[in-house]
Amino acid sequence: MWGQPMSAYDAFNAHASFPLPMRSAPKAQPVSHTQQPVVTGTSVLGLKFKGGVMLAADNLASYGSLARFRDIQRLHPLGSHCVMAVAGDMADFQWLKRDLGSILREEEALSLTDNHPSLSAANIYNYLSIIFYNRRSKGDPVWNTVLVGGWDEAKKESFLGYVDLLGTTYSSPTLATGYGAHIAQPLLREAFEAKAGLDGKGELPTAEEAEKLLDDCMKVLFYRDARSLNKYQIATITAEGVKISDSKSAKTEWGFAEGLRGYGAQDR
Amino acid sequence: MSSIGTGYDLDVSTYSPDGRLFQIEYANKAVEAAGVAIGLRCSDGVVLAVERMLHSRLLVKGANRRIQSLDDHIGMASAGLLADAKNLGNRGRDEVHNYRDSYDSPITVQILSDRMSGYVQAHTCYGSSRPFGISTLLAGVDNTGPRLFCIEPSGVYYGYHGAAVGKGKALAKTELEKVLAKEGGVTCREGVMEVARIIHLVHDDNKDKEFELEMTWVCAESGGKHKAVPEDLLKEAEAAARAALEEGMEED
Repeated sequence: MWGQPMSAYDAFNAHASFPLPMRSAPKAQPVSHTQQPVVTGTSVLGLKFKGGVMLAADNLASYGSLARFRDIQRLHPLGSHCVMAVAGDMADFQWLKRDLGSILREEEALSLTDNHPSLSAANIYNYLSIIFYNRRSKGDPVWNTVLVGGWDEAKKESFLGYVDLLGTTYSSPTLATGYGAHIAQPLLREAFEAKAGLDGKGELPTAEEAEKLLDDCMKVLFYRDARSLNKYQIATITAEGVKISDSKSAKTEWGFAEGLRGYGAQDR
Repeated sequence: MSSIGTGYDLDVSTYSPDGRLFQIEYANKAVEAAGVAIGLRCSDGVVLAVERMLHSRLLVKGANRRIQSLDDHIGMASAGLLADAKNLGNRGRDEVHNYRDSYDSPITVQILSDRMSGYVQAHTCYGSSRPFGISTLLAGVDNTGPRLFCIEPSGVYYGYHGAAVGKGKALAKTELEKVLAKEGGVTCREGVMEVARIIHLVHDDNKDKEFELEMTWVCAESGGKHKAVPEDLLKEAEAAARAALEEGMEED
């Protein structure tokens, strides 16, 4: 299917999280390492603002279409000035946390020993892209899409990057994964470009504006993405360090839905 | 050791007729020639310090450190051959990593000492290797509290309240005893002042080369992590140490 446009269904189901993978009886076939995600997180968002970066992710880990775990933090701090926001398979996310944790710990130990600088967000991002590309080349991908946000203390500038299960990487002042790439990214771009201009060289949004924008996008995603939850967190990374907010909810209005067929109790 | 050797020191794996291993005793000599390293177990954490001799004026300030981090909460100071210390430090970091992979919890200082001492001891068993020319102080705060251990070239390790290795360790130890005899123990902040004073006291300005004082700690103030003692506190401690020395000289 390479080179073909995705079907509408695939495009809105990037992690193939629905329907749940069905296991068929083992057949006499070669060993296959290709796998599917099981417990998944939906899209995450990222946005640069004046003096830093913000990332947003909701607290849901779905089991197929079932909203199974509702208190999962999908924003993970890496060192003092970096956060990753993770969509996709939550088991792979937990493995990533461990793997990166041990590398960061070792680098931190060496930084006191040799006085060399600790890992920057760009270093971590590059490391992730190598892992992801390597694993997809083995036919055993790390089934995640990750946004890495950070503050580069040496360059005094913010960092925001995207890496997915194929090892694809790109960078942009506004980023979104999965469903959010369709629904939220246009909203993020519109607001960002209105302030910073098409080339992004103008004044960046303020922290307040950025948070408001992310709140709006998370609300829209909750309305439209059936794998989302109206309980989310925002990570803010600035020169001062990392701040991950408590979980919060957007104010939503469902009155309009009363007139919709299929909404509520099915007694009509 | 004047009658040293006589053929029993050509190999670590050969005992002398009176049951000694000369190569290990020589390794201890290498330790005794090095600048002193001190560890102090305080009521609220541990302090490590070394007197880093500057053998050339061309050296970069703060380079060639003798204190290393092994884990978030464990540090290691060594006296002796720096290259050996770096190798043992790498091994220590491997053990720390390995332990966390297996048990998903931070290693205790005791277990790390045990594993590292095993590695040191293995270098006293085979003709193909020489013993480590270092004594190592391992200090950290784990779920059993503040801990301090010393691993010697023979591979033996003991736990201490205060330990000193390297040149002038005898004087340093008597001073540490006085410090630890204080009622109610010492806090890390007091410990930093005391240890800085002891290192300046042990240092012989006439005979020894210039030195830099290197100090780290693990305590509440460092967030339970092994970190360098803050610059201002280190400066304050060194100034107080110099003042105490001059005062001592006037009394003489």
